[in-house]
This record gives sequence, C-alpha cells and structure tokens, in this order.
Amino acid sequence: MDVGAAALLAVGITAFGFLGASLGMGILFGKMIETVGRNPNSEPKVFKFLIIGLALVEQFGIFSLVLALLLLFR
Amino acid sequence: MWAALAVAFILFMIAVKSKLSLAPGKLQSILELYLQMIKDIADDNIGEEGDKYLPFIASLFLFIFFCNLAGLVPGSYTITSQLVVTGTFAVSIFIMTLIIGISKHGGHFISILVPPGVPKVMVPFLVPIELLSQLSRPLTLALRLFGNMTAGHILLGVIFGMAMTAPMVVNVLPFGFTVLLYGMEVFVSAIQAYIFTLLTCVYIGDVIKLH
Repeated sequence: MDVGAAALLAVGITAFGFLGASLGMGILFGKMIETVGRNPNSEPKVFKFLIIGLALVEQFGIFSLVLALLLLFR
Repeated sequence: MWAALAVAFILFMIAVKSKLSLAPGKLQSILELYLQMIKDIADDNIGEEGDKYLPFIASLFLFIFFCNLAGLVPGSYTITSQLVVTGTFAVSIFIMTLIIGISKHGGHFISILVPPGVPKVMVPFLVPIELLSQLSRPLTLALRLFGNMTAGHILLGVIFGMAMTAPMVVNVLPFGFTVLLYGMEVFVSAIQAYIFTLLTCVYIGDVIKLH
C-alpha cells in the first residue's frame, strides 16, 4: 500500500496509547479512594499526589497524540 | 508573551507599591498564599538551600501559567504550544542544573550517574541507563508542556468544528462539550504550570543533594 494509506493506518493504531493512560488513572483513583477510606485525615496530603500523578500519567496518553500528529502531517 | 509577563509583573507591583502591611489587604494576601505554596514546593524538594531559588521558581510558575492561560482568550495565540518555546525552557533549565551541580560539586558531579547502594559489578551496566534517564529529563519536560497545550487546542478545535457543522437540533451537545472542555483547559494549564515548576525543583534538589 502507498505511504499515505500506511500513515493513516498508523495514526489509527496510535489510539491504543490511551489504553495505558486510562488504566493508570483508574488505578490511581482506586488507590486514592482506598487510602482516604482507611485514613480520612490524610486526604489533603494525598490529594496533592493524586493531581501530580494524574498529570504525569495523562502525559503518556498525550505523547501518543503527538505521535499521531507527527504521522498525520508528514 | 510580553502581555503575560506584563500581567504578572503589574500584579506584583501593585501589591508591593501599596506599603506591605502586617494585616494584609486582599491582593496582598492572595500573593502571600501563592508565595507560601511556592515555598512549600521548594522546601520539600530542594531542602534548606531552597531560598536561593525562590524568585526564579515563583516567576517561572507565574510566567508559564499566564502564557498557557493567554491562549484561551479568543483570537490570541499560545506560545507554549510550540515545541521550540517549551524546548527552550526545558533546555535552559537543564543547563542551569548542570551549572549548579558543577559549581557546587566540581568533578565529583559525575557520581550523580551512579545510584547509591549498588554492587560494584553492576556499575558499568547502570551508568548508560542513568545517563539516558538524566538526558531524557529536558526532553520529557518540553514534550509534556507542549503536548498538553497542543492537544487541548486541537481537541477544542475539532469538537467545536463538529458543533458548527451539525444541524441545529443536535447542536447543543458538541457545544456543551466545548464549554466543558474550555473549563478543563483552564484547569490543565494551571496543573501543567505546577508540574513544570515541581519537576524543576525536583531536578535542582537532585543535583544539589547528589542522591
């Protein structure tokens, strides 16, 4: 197949990158809820780590978007 | 970009010009809250030498935050959505950490590549991996900010384009989603500025303490 079609196919495949990102966010939230359930006083401290963790995990989903854009516009 | 700098600068100047009183007014207490947050980040990560870097960290956070926010004003342009700009930030911070490390530890700085408590046999294997991880720091820093800003804007553009081309009846759904995405963009721009500043402090602390 020609390069254009292969590039579009590859862009579609990069959509799998979100799998890891969403799994990571789900695990993080689950752990956060469990921690707050065990020890409700620790909520402000753990919340800060939750936000940091979310941003860092979501980053990998966004890397896959950047890769898709790179493939699309070459 | 100069507008973002001007906003941050003018905010501080107004607060300081009206003499700093012990019982602060509204604007001053907001800025004190902000400086307390920056001091917490710096103290947690850099340790006791954090005070030297406070002005830099504070201005870095405000600069990135206002630059990100400025892209949301209709018709304006986000400079942090260009890889060149975020790359410049990241590379200059990396060079700054190198200079701090070398000026503080001298030639012993190379030992940052060897994590503590490792048996001597494993060291030749670990050094390339550590080198790679250290070199990938500016890269991920730049890509993180760039990717978040660009992805947000593209998403907004696509969803709003869908809202414009859909017939009148179904129009509400993509439009409402656009409004929600807009709110999330404000949130994400704040968080990305915070993460950038936090990681800068972590890298500076890492270089000063040498594990």
